[in-house]
Amino acid sequence: MTTIAPEEAAQEAAFDATVAADERIEPRDWMPEAYRSTLVRQIAQHAHSEIIGMQPEANWITRAPSLRRKAILMAKVQDEAGHGLYLYSAAETLGASRDELLDKLHTGRQKYSSIFNYPTLTWADVGAIGWLVDGAAITNQVPLCRCSYGPYARAMVRVCKEESFHQRQGYELLLTLSRGTDAQHAMAQDAVDRWWWPSLMMFGPPDDESSHSAQSMAWKIKRHSNDELRQRFVDICVPQAEALGLTLPDPDLVWNEDRGHYDFGSIDWTEFREVLKGNGPCNEQRINRRRRAHEEGAWVREAAAAHAAKHGKAGR
Amino acid sequence: MTTTPRPAETTASGAPAEAADARPTDWPLWEVFVRSRRGLSHTHAGSLHAPDAEMALRNARDLYTRRSEGVSLWVVPSAQITASSPDEKDAFFEPAGDKPYRHPTFYEIPEGVHHL
Amino acid sequence: MRDTVTTPALPLGDDALILSHRLGEWAGQAPVLEEEVALANIALDLLGQARVLLSLAGDEDELAYLREEREFRNLQLVEQPNGDFAHTIARQLYFSTYQELLFEQLADGDTELAPLAGKAVKEVAYHRDHATQWTLRLGDGTDESRTRMQHALDALWRFTGEMFEPVPGLESLPWATFHDVWTTRITATVEQATLRLPEGPQRGAWTAGAGRQGLHTEPFGRLLAEMQHLHRSHPGATW
Repeated sequence: MTTIAPEEAAQEAAFDATVAADERIEPRDWMPEAYRSTLVRQIAQHAHSEIIGMQPEANWITRAPSLRRKAILMAKVQDEAGHGLYLYSAAETLGASRDELLDKLHTGRQKYSSIFNYPTLTWADVGAIGWLVDGAAITNQVPLCRCSYGPYARAMVRVCKEESFHQRQGYELLLTLSRGTDAQHAMAQDAVDRWWWPSLMMFGPPDDESSHSAQSMAWKIKRHSNDELRQRFVDICVPQAEALGLTLPDPDLVWNEDRGHYDFGSIDWTEFREVLKGNGPCNEQRINRRRRAHEEGAWVREAAAAHAAKHGKAGR
Repeated sequence: MTTTPRPAETTASGAPAEAADARPTDWPLWEVFVRSRRGLSHTHAGSLHAPDAEMALRNARDLYTRRSEGVSLWVVPSAQITASSPDEKDAFFEPAGDKPYRHPTFYEIPEGVHHL
Repeated sequence: MRDTVTTPALPLGDDALILSHRLGEWAGQAPVLEEEVALANIALDLLGQARVLLSLAGDEDELAYLREEREFRNLQLVEQPNGDFAHTIARQLYFSTYQELLFEQLADGDTELAPLAGKAVKEVAYHRDHATQWTLRLGDGTDESRTRMQHALDALWRFTGEMFEPVPGLESLPWATFHDVWTTRITATVEQATLRLPEGPQRGAWTAGAGRQGLHTEPFGRLLAEMQHLHRSHPGATW
């Protein structure tokens, strides 16, 4: 026992020094158990969000109103599957298996971003998701490219690089609608009205209520506070909305000269908590569909594994 | 889509399923290396699951080169990789740090001497 | 006006368009995440082919969104519902083997289709490889997968004869040879997968070559209803 404690203290000191020096922690380094579990939880939630996030947009692939838009949307939804894969891979470097993480998603023991529990009711929602939801996601994700855990940071570099087209296609889609017929313009405005507030909720609860923030900031898993990022996002969106010719549904949205930022109205955190708890419009639908795809695919996965075993090709 | 007769093994809430190691559906993990263009070496890109090497290669092609990121791919079963020691900054590598004479910048050359 | 479109780009474009649409229905529902990416790649290749081909025949969106069911010239095979993964793979195997033969020939020819065919043939070779790999694994996997794969091959067999009816405008291609080579290739894959080649007729009693003539199966109408409704709800709009 006497030999373990000093060794652990030395390992912890080395870990702290690595983080302090802004170097990356790599999979086989010693790390505090809480750091590992925080990362697994966060990366898994992120991966789950990517694959659940495919659903609201896939909802429109078969109805996309032009072949150009259809190709763009298919490529985007495919990217989300790819991003899910990158992120599950990152989580697996921490000793969690993808099967186990998927199981936790399917049984409600791990979460995904609440935003995907809202429905895509019209084609304009595809644009609003690209502009606002992906925009908020990018605001959240860019700092993660410098996260202290190497595999997560590297996955995020790849994700961010690929996502740059996601936001632009959404903006362009909305712009086309906004400048189109009256009906198209109204469709775009309606979508922005419905997605604005949920997008602001994507940054998480206010800083004074955020339970994981302080430790994550110290570990450099997180680089900016929820409220900081939310403000940054609002400031970016206001002029973009003007250029679109659309309004944001907040009467309190006004430039504050002293702060050098836009002030905005208060967020309905009751709604946020309710959706998080499972009472959003699509929580059940999303999880059921995911679970069904997984269950209906089991025979396929088994077949391929059986084939590999029969022919001595399994990689183990 | 047709439904399969397979019962949902894990849908009962709270049913512990974490011990479900080595289920037949749990495909092994593969590491993917991509050569981004001729003249460069293969670089680690990430990992993926596949039942066997052929499928791993195809999955790697679809996942890691869908934006023309590569001209050649390697896939290696993750379990087949032998790594250096667990701690990546230890005695294994430090000795190389005090041999600066292995680097050309160690040597001083008079000004005006070229092609060295 | 669209009745006057006679270029072979139209039926071939319709094949690619409709199969791409069906594959797009898999988004979010594939058996494993890696396969989401693979199926979407194939769907995107096909949609790319469709856009080039339809543009040779006219305005791509007008052709895709404003034609009636009887004006579509795609094979009945490609409009068949996805079914389970084995059905989708069987459809892919049958179609990509056919499309590869056709495009190889067109790539070497001097029609307006040659440039597209030259590019697409590489994509299609990959599609066929994907379908072949999965046919082998499902056929020679578990008892359940073997049963499903055989069932799928059998169920779609009666839509395969139509592929070898000469496409108007391409009568000079070696259609009989296509059929022979296709049968040889499918037989080799099916046997390697420890399955058997279906034995029934390769076409229905009254529907020989029907898709190419604008006669389709019932699920096709619903596919079009879904695909076209938004575009048609806003006449003249830009998207």
